[in-house]
Amino acid sequence: MNTQLNEHILDVRDLKMYFPVTRGLLRKKVADVKAVDGVTFKVKRGETLGLVGESGCGKTTIGRCVLRLYQPNDGQIFFEGEDIIPLPEKGIREVRRKMALIFQDPYSSLDPRQSAGSIVGEPLKIHDMVESPIEYRDRVDELFRIVGLDPSMSDRFPHEFSGGQRQRIGVARALACEPSLVICDEPISALDVSIQAQVINLLEELQEGLKGLSYLFIAHDLSVVRHISDRVAVMYLGRIVEVTDSQTLYDDPQHPYTQALLSAVPIADPFIEETRERIILQGEVPTPLDPPPGCSFHPRCSRVIPECSQAVPPLKTVGAEHEVACIRV
Amino acid sequence: MPEILQVNNLETQFFTEGGLVKAVDGVSYHIDEQEIVGLVGESGCGKSVSQLSVMQLVSTPGKIVGGEIIFDGQNLLELEANGPEMRSIRGAKIAMIFQEPMTSLNPVLTIGRQLTETLELHMGLNKSASREKAIEALRDVGIPSAESRIDDYPHHFSGGMRQRVMIAMGLSCNPKILIADEPTTALDVTTQAQLLELMKDMVEQYHASLVIVTHNLGVVARYAQRIYIMYAGRIVEAGTTKDIFADPRHPYTIGLLKCIPRLDEERGRKLVPIVGLPPNLINMQPTCAFSPRCSYKSEKCLKEPWPPLTHLGNEHYVGCFNE
Ligand SMILES: Nc1ncnc2c1ncn2[C@@H]1O[C@H](COP(=O)(O)OP(=O)(O)O)[C@@H](O)[C@H]1O
Ligand SMILES: Nc1ncnc2c1ncn2[C@@H]1O[C@H](COP(=O)(O)OP(=O)(O)O)[C@@H](O)[C@H]1O
Ligand SMILES: [Mg+2]
Ligand SMILES: [Mg+2]
Repeated sequence: MNTQLNEHILDVRDLKMYFPVTRGLLRKKVADVKAVDGVTFKVKRGETLGLVGESGCGKTTIGRCVLRLYQPNDGQIFFEGEDIIPLPEKGIREVRRKMALIFQDPYSSLDPRQSAGSIVGEPLKIHDMVESPIEYRDRVDELFRIVGLDPSMSDRFPHEFSGGQRQRIGVARALACEPSLVICDEPISALDVSIQAQVINLLEELQEGLKGLSYLFIAHDLSVVRHISDRVAVMYLGRIVEVTDSQTLYDDPQHPYTQALLSAVPIADPFIEETRERIILQGEVPTPLDPPPGCSFHPRCSRVIPECSQAVPPLKTVGAEHEVACIRV
Repeated sequence: MPEILQVNNLETQFFTEGGLVKAVDGVSYHIDEQEIVGLVGESGCGKSVSQLSVMQLVSTPGKIVGGEIIFDGQNLLELEANGPEMRSIRGAKIAMIFQEPMTSLNPVLTIGRQLTETLELHMGLNKSASREKAIEALRDVGIPSAESRIDDYPHHFSGGMRQRVMIAMGLSCNPKILIADEPTTALDVTTQAQLLELMKDMVEQYHASLVIVTHNLGVVARYAQRIYIMYAGRIVEAGTTKDIFADPRHPYTIGLLKCIPRLDEERGRKLVPIVGLPPNLINMQPTCAFSPRCSYKSEKCLKEPWPPLTHLGNEHYVGCFNE
């Protein structure tokens, strides 16, 4: 238990989150959206784990389960060694102090009626982190400086900031209670390319400065995820199909879906693109209401065999910290 | 290949309460027959307005105030925006696909009705012939069971499928130019790859030219033969894709290439952000709009008006004093 506590900040086992689909006045349940269907992964202390996959594959739902904003149907979520799923509301408050969330959309995620300073400082009040107004003021100023904003701007309102600055406000708020795990859900997707780098660098610098800070970095942009993550988990339709370190992900992807996903991302280099193999997938991602049996990727897979539709393939180890869920590997 | 479109000194402005927005500020470019051209820049730099200007689809408070758009030997700006000649070109000889297909599809008409309308208008086909052709067009762009899906409404289609419908519509009248304005930005990467590959194959098949408007340098590196880089209403660099990537010369182009993570890079590279923000184009100074963010700027940049494009050889042009 102790070694786990030291090494892994987050340890998610066989997580399942189904959303009921109801019909009629009596809201009778007619089906389940299997948004997350048996997901297992770990995040080490001080590490960044990237969670990548196309929209609807369950990334946000995982993040919200980890924050216990959703009550999962099944599974365990060990945070700093303790399973947080059975925790009562009071225990959850303490957990949420140590975990923070950075949202995708810097335009709608900040309360437009609150000043930037009070947005950043609010968690300090919620969690009783400061003793006096002076300490509050100092801490908010410090948070502004940490994320590269001028503390004199703390009286301004969100609409007076640019997208990149708003995302900095979101980061400052996330850091207010000195979290050990930050869940970044598409934190740069809404920003212009020239601004994305500023936020990526900020997140990297914060991690270097605050030893032990871990990120669960959720995004659909594989280049960004590879850049910032130590390890990457690739998701398809509610399940993880491959986990490995960022270098191996590019050098030696094993799952046919990972290979297709990588191949779909164009590299900003025409000389490389000229000779790169392109795997163009057929069809679209099926609905999680009625996923294909067995490996849910099998109807689109070029290496499919009859056995693929028979059982959900478990993750199996194929190398050092490299796991793949495919019976053809 | 000969030129199919030549744009000279195009100026499109918006007269807003806040002031004058020079959205397109003296833009010149050309497109050759059967060529794939990339138009690259960040949001707000004038990519869409420049392309809408070519289609004469700019509405108040916007106005095309100068320049020429020579298509097939004719200056389109001499034609009345809503006159019969312009209507026979727009959507037929020059077609455009937008980022959000729902804004260009009519939600209360079936896909079939929207396709046949165009075919009847521009190709003079009768009802049954245009329906046949519409089904064929949907099949060509990879819509499964096209014969029944043709009677569905736009909201019955996924985002990717809607964009396929838009491609079918865009190509239904055998256009000379297909303009794709961030057609895949809102879609997932594998869908993006499917659609870009489809567009490339289709314009090849139709011997049409393709203009890909995007902020994604990877997309143009993969598909475009030539690139125009836009900043604050201007083209700041132009050239073959290989020249631009091998030897970027404008500080903005150089900055863009350094600030994006690349899929194939070794881990641990530090990104180099471009400092500051893109300008909002209201009441701009006549000097180079990139200079506040530029680490190469000199005295001259802050005093003199935007430098014109200079020729560097081959088809490579750059608009920078310090080049
Ligand atoms: N609150 C909810 N109620 C019902 N279905 C949901 C809810 N949240 C997400 N879903 C569904 O669960 C699946 C996974 O969604 P999400 O976790 O948001 O995916 P991602 O973040 O990877 O795009 C999707 O099919 C989505 O429609
Ligand atoms: N209807 C409008 N009214 C006022 N300004 C506009 C209008 N449409 C576009 N603009 C301005 O014109 C500039 C160029 O816009 P646009 O061509 O849409 O940029 P891009 O497509 O490169 O993102 C922007 O600064 C934008 O604010
Ligand atoms: Mg999400
Ligand atoms: Mg645009």
